[in-house]
Amino acid sequence: MSIKIENLVYKYMIGTPFEKTAIDDVSLEIKDGEFIGLIGHTGSGKSTLIQQLNGLLKPTSGKIYIDGEDITSKDINLKKIRQKVGLVFQYPEYQLFEETIFKDVAFGPQNLGLSDDEILKRVRRALEIVGIDFEKYKDKSPFDLSGGQRRRIAIAGILAMEPKILILDEPTAGLDPKGRDEILEEIRKLHKEYNNTVILVSHSMEDVAKLVDRLIVMYKGKNILTGTPREVFMEIETLEKIGLAVPQVTYLVRELRKRGINIREDIITVKEAQDEILRLLRRDKND
Amino acid sequence: MEDSMLLANNIYFYYKKSDDEKIEKSIALKGVNLNVKKGEFIVIIGHNGSGKSTLAKHYNAILVPSNGDVIVDGMNTKDSSKLWDIRQKAGMVFQNPDNQIVATIVEEDVAFGPENLGIPPEKIRKRVDEALLAVNMLDYAHHGPHLLSGGQKQRVAIAGVLAMRPECIILDEPTAMLDPSGRREVLDTIKRLNKEEEITIVLITHFMEEAVEADRVVVMEDGKVVLEGSPRDVFSKVEEIKRLGLDVPEMTELAYELRKNNINIREDILTIEEMVDEICRLK
Repeated sequence: MSIKIENLVYKYMIGTPFEKTAIDDVSLEIKDGEFIGLIGHTGSGKSTLIQQLNGLLKPTSGKIYIDGEDITSKDINLKKIRQKVGLVFQYPEYQLFEETIFKDVAFGPQNLGLSDDEILKRVRRALEIVGIDFEKYKDKSPFDLSGGQRRRIAIAGILAMEPKILILDEPTAGLDPKGRDEILEEIRKLHKEYNNTVILVSHSMEDVAKLVDRLIVMYKGKNILTGTPREVFMEIETLEKIGLAVPQVTYLVRELRKRGINIREDIITVKEAQDEILRLLRRDKND
Repeated sequence: MEDSMLLANNIYFYYKKSDDEKIEKSIALKGVNLNVKKGEFIVIIGHNGSGKSTLAKHYNAILVPSNGDVIVDGMNTKDSSKLWDIRQKAGMVFQNPDNQIVATIVEEDVAFGPENLGIPPEKIRKRVDEALLAVNMLDYAHHGPHLLSGGQKQRVAIAGVLAMRPECIILDEPTAMLDPSGRREVLDTIKRLNKEEEITIVLITHFMEEAVEADRVVVMEDGKVVLEGSPRDVFSKVEEIKRLGLDVPEMTELAYELRKNNINIREDILTIEEMVDEICRLK
């Protein structure tokens, strides 16, 4: 499902001394099935932007089309939009509230008025996607689980709505490296399997370098840069100026090039760096 | 041990989980021995649930051990008459800055601690200014905290602890919610406080690039300390670290992968500069 944003402006606390433009004339298009990474420093407008995409915030001006439908129009059915656009907030585990894991994940589908069979099917599938054993956990309290597991349950609650567009706001913040890798792998698999549109908000340049098709960079409420991770991470100076960074390996190849070593500069993952350095060292040996 | 700031002496900690019928005990710490010396900068890593935060909460007597002792600069945390001395000596900073800021103006927030110590106003003024200066936030003294960035808020939280004049600061994932520049700001502040003010630092983090900067890295697993040493020693044990569900810094990982491919590169590389030097040497 596609997203089209036209001249979006969002101001908050209008008419007070604290009036601030959080989104400043953003226009962008996200194609059906694209995996997008949304980056920008704290306060750059990322979270404000994604909250517009399922109607939680109404733009001050501008238009947002989800699958061709203008969701900023007055007579829009927001419930239908929220079914299409699933939003996983930061620290979603704090939103768990039910007695059992089954009930918590089933809450969304139940509100869609689905049959019991369909609900069961969806809860089972959602838990499977996030790597939680349905039979073992369905009757347990979500509050008896570890933080990483609770987060998965919360994500499953959104997945059970089967949104065509899935937006995740820093889904790995505060998780240990293993928990982080597992959740990112689940998101990657989900995207590959269902080819839904995914928007991942992240502060980890290494993670988005590995995962996404395209990056959208926000700064002071504007979309200042967009392109593949490889294209965007070549803009080291711009990114650093706006409080971001590039992956460690990208810094590495830049340093190597400064020392006169002829290595590709557009390297963004450890695997690529490894292959390139091996090629470099072996080529010398063969000379 | 005269030079010891925080001493955990074979500590155990049981959480009581009460269900309707049974009281279940879960053991969060299973015999932790760790001596943090005065002026040291240590980083604790370990996966979620390994006991890091439980240990941290023992250091300023939010929790007291079920067995064993925690000694903060000579004071046992079980001695309730020393509670306020201990909390003044060992300050804590948590993950979410929004949960730690209590006032509506930055300098009032920083003054909250010393006010509660009953310090005269003119001295509070001095402490607040010094604390804000130390975290490079003096220019924001009259701002509302809600208008600051995450990194700035976290530095205000650190200033609030500094105004208590602690000798030791324990930070539990202070950078988890921050963007790259916010992480850098907070880490630089921590390092400066350690080097210049000689404040003992215990930093809990999931970012291995931060652990590289410590004097000593302590790895926890299942309520115990399973590995400790200099960052170089600890991270060169790539397989063991990965088995524990942790990561090594990217450069260490890269060196490890190159070695697997028969490249004779040092295995204890931590930083980009070291990697650059090694590759130039090999070429």
